[in-house]
Amino acid sequence: MADPLLRVRDLRTYFYTENGVARSVDGVSFEIGAGETVGLVGESGCGKSVTALSLLRLVRPPGRIESTSEILFDGQDLAKLSEKEMRKIRGARMAMVFQEPMTALNPVFTVGDQIAEVVRVHHGGSKKEAWARAVQMLETVGIPAPEQRATEYPHQLSGGMRQRVVIAMALVMNPALVIADEPTTALDVTIQAQILELMRELQQRLGTSILLITHDLGVVAETASRVIVMYGGEIVEEAPVDELFKNAHHPYTEGLLNAMPQVGHERERLATIPGSVPPPTAWPKACRFHDRCPYAWDRCATEHPPLYQIGPGHSSRCHLAEEPERRADKHEPFVVMAGAEGRP
Amino acid sequence: MSSIGPSSRSIVGRLLAHRSARWALAVIALLVVAAIAGPWFTAHAGHEQLDIVKLKNTPPSWRYPFGTDQYSRDLLTRVLLGARISLAVATLAVLLSTTLGTAYGLISGYAGGAVDAAMMRVLDGFLSIPRVLLLIAILTLWNPVPLSGLILLLGATGWFGVSRIVRAQTLATRHLEYVESARALGAGTGRILLRHVLPNIVTPVIVTATLAVGNVIALEAGLSYLGVGAREPTPSWGSIFFDGVEFFAGNWWVVFFPGVAIVATVLAFNVLGDALRDVLDPRQLHRSAPVTPGTQPRENG
Amino acid sequence: MRRQLAARLAQSLIVVIIVTTISFFVIRSAPGDPFSYESTTITPAIRDHWREQFGYNRPLPVQFIRYVTSVAHGELGYSFQMHEPVAVALAAAVPRTLLLTGLALGLSFLFGIIIGVLQATHRDGWFDRVTSAVLLFFYSLPDFWAALMILLLFAYWWPVLPAGNIVDPVMHDYMGGWEALVDRLRHLALPVLSFTLLTMAGITRYQRAAMIETLPMDFIRTARAKGLSERRIVWRHALRTALTPMVALLGLMLPALLGGALFIEKVFAWPGMGLLAAGAVAARDYDLVTATVIAGSVMVVIGSFFADLLHMAIDPRVRE
Repeated sequence: MADPLLRVRDLRTYFYTENGVARSVDGVSFEIGAGETVGLVGESGCGKSVTALSLLRLVRPPGRIESTSEILFDGQDLAKLSEKEMRKIRGARMAMVFQEPMTALNPVFTVGDQIAEVVRVHHGGSKKEAWARAVQMLETVGIPAPEQRATEYPHQLSGGMRQRVVIAMALVMNPALVIADEPTTALDVTIQAQILELMRELQQRLGTSILLITHDLGVVAETASRVIVMYGGEIVEEAPVDELFKNAHHPYTEGLLNAMPQVGHERERLATIPGSVPPPTAWPKACRFHDRCPYAWDRCATEHPPLYQIGPGHSSRCHLAEEPERRADKHEPFVVMAGAEGRP
Repeated sequence: MSSIGPSSRSIVGRLLAHRSARWALAVIALLVVAAIAGPWFTAHAGHEQLDIVKLKNTPPSWRYPFGTDQYSRDLLTRVLLGARISLAVATLAVLLSTTLGTAYGLISGYAGGAVDAAMMRVLDGFLSIPRVLLLIAILTLWNPVPLSGLILLLGATGWFGVSRIVRAQTLATRHLEYVESARALGAGTGRILLRHVLPNIVTPVIVTATLAVGNVIALEAGLSYLGVGAREPTPSWGSIFFDGVEFFAGNWWVVFFPGVAIVATVLAFNVLGDALRDVLDPRQLHRSAPVTPGTQPRENG
Repeated sequence: MRRQLAARLAQSLIVVIIVTTISFFVIRSAPGDPFSYESTTITPAIRDHWREQFGYNRPLPVQFIRYVTSVAHGELGYSFQMHEPVAVALAAAVPRTLLLTGLALGLSFLFGIIIGVLQATHRDGWFDRVTSAVLLFFYSLPDFWAALMILLLFAYWWPVLPAGNIVDPVMHDYMGGWEALVDRLRHLALPVLSFTLLTMAGITRYQRAAMIETLPMDFIRTARAKGLSERRIVWRHALRTALTPMVALLGLMLPALLGGALFIEKVFAWPGMGLLAAGAVAARDYDLVTATVIAGSVMVVIGSFFADLLHMAIDPRVRE
């Protein structure tokens, strides 16, 4: 197989705060092929958004991408590029769609202006050409009367329209990879479906790779072909989407799946995972999930599990891979204070 | 910054932990001591003319560190005595203006509707009148003005900004859930204002008042410079200028030293105001700029 | 948009009416009138005669109506000090005040915005610390004292610039075009310098706060993700947004600005409105001070009207 479009190796993004070093992304490795859609899933605080920002090198101080990290994109290691070279990648070869369409657009410029700016910065050419391209792009993302809309300001558009504008802005330079960070979370359910449909359609038409970041496995099921689950700054499970929904291995993934509303059972109370993500300044030693895990045994509190290969394209960071019989011993998680030392 | 929790230490403790606030408090404490005890430390009386022939307009020296004025009075003594009047006038005037402004803003914000609209239009009018021009116009007629009159005027023309802040806060507080439920439970207007609204406006009011003290000291000096301030025998820092300004190119010290005293005082109050804002309400650092009282346009003399 | 403008204009008119009313009654409520000064030669009978003649013995509301009527006819009274109608004296003085204030305001905003932005982008660095401290010092200076010190420095101790007036009173009429212009600029230099230093301080603090508020916003991150240069992000995306509160500040600071102009004009003998008002004190020039307060307030109202127009131009969100 040819080299993938993106290969991330041992990505570490640490924040050097007054309260200690927050290891928000702590040794993450994954790949994305050309034209592939990959879902990156986890609760808030698991490091998925920081991973996304790290790929574009948008992490601001006190955050820092550690020197061990490799971000091979299109044959270049982005982690080693100068800021100036990196700017040529951002918005052109790799673009981002943010969560909040309300605040992601600048309130004092017209939407056409904001899209055309990307063209002007990366492609040059006349203002008129850039504007024409912006209008064309608005049409592509399904905005009616694009000529008129281009001259309007963000506050004059609805939330769904704004998110279409943000998508148009990301796609205007026909990038190889689009990172979409919770692109539908802030929208109404019906609009969510429309936006997801739009992204899927555009992806097929333009052949763009997508890294879709979300806390919602339902969104992933509809769009992605492969899923990466993050917890505590690490990848805990990775699998093709069907395999994950059929044979989830990691107890955390299991918990996420149980927390998902099922068609036909909507009235039922959703299962939740007890406890919350520990602070990134004090990850538990050994398995980072063990104090919330219903299967945990003594090994989990002492030995940090590696990513076990458990099937084709399926890996899991859980000792159950070696001791599958333990799965029978399901119990209340001991939300003990193990690993809590040093927490504020 | 995050290590200092809002309830972890008393306000005074947190102020003392604030480096620039310590300096400001030290300066203000020194001034208060000078204002109270100054006359006992000085070698001369403020109005004492040492030697009108030999000692008039002497430049600063070891014996007369700030020099003497055209009547051969010792300037150090006069600056020390001036602290008393300047601080007293400013403090009382600000007390008055803060009370007036808080009352006006509370009433307007709490009444709402047509009353609020009318009161705000009137306030727009007051806010459009340049304070200095208005004061000069009044003082032109009321000249010389007694000290109490000056305090009254400075207080009566200084409340517009405060009332605007108080009104905005009152409006915001009025619709909070717990205030509405208190009203639903039959709490009277006075009780609601006192128990629920007032505590929410204390912080911006204290900060604004602190900054206003510095402002009024400068303004009072400015009015004296123009010849419409309070006069002898009560020396304020401003009236020391008035005596010296005519020949100030030759006798720079007569203008320089009282000015330094004013600058130090105003600076101390401004720094203290900033520090108070940080200490009392750290959230305000992130709030939209226009409501941050410390960055209001100044109105120095 | 047009309706919004009309409403704003109507509001300004109402404020002018309120201001005139307030000013009139507040000033009249001061103890004393133009004829109550101490004098050994003027008998009470003469004073009463004057009061009768000028209408000061009538009830206040009647005086107010008379005053408003004459103002509506363009008559603002007579200036004892200038020996000419107040309207004439003001007509000559107002443009000079506008020139001085406008120049200082423009320069203050220019430098204040630049420094404020640099402070915010280099927050807590040495530039931020040093300029913040220096500007807080300027912010705390009484206007007249700062002006006096600058005058002392540049006109007496190191006499490079003229001490006062708008032009050289003797030589200006004999100067050629170029020379005359230089003469004007030299006379402008010190008042404008003092006024700018004092005004700039507040503007810079405000701009710094507005920028610090804007820089962490989501759309700035979007701008970074678009591949824009840091310079473009700061000076185009962040600054355009952070200018909005600055326009609001412009409207708020106008009254204080005119107050400041008065002291600057007095120190540098700049014959504008402020110097006129300051001079009126000694002469008890009653009509003149009243007219100055009202004219100053009207200037403030007009100024805030234009500030609001500017706000609409700069922020699309307030246009509807």
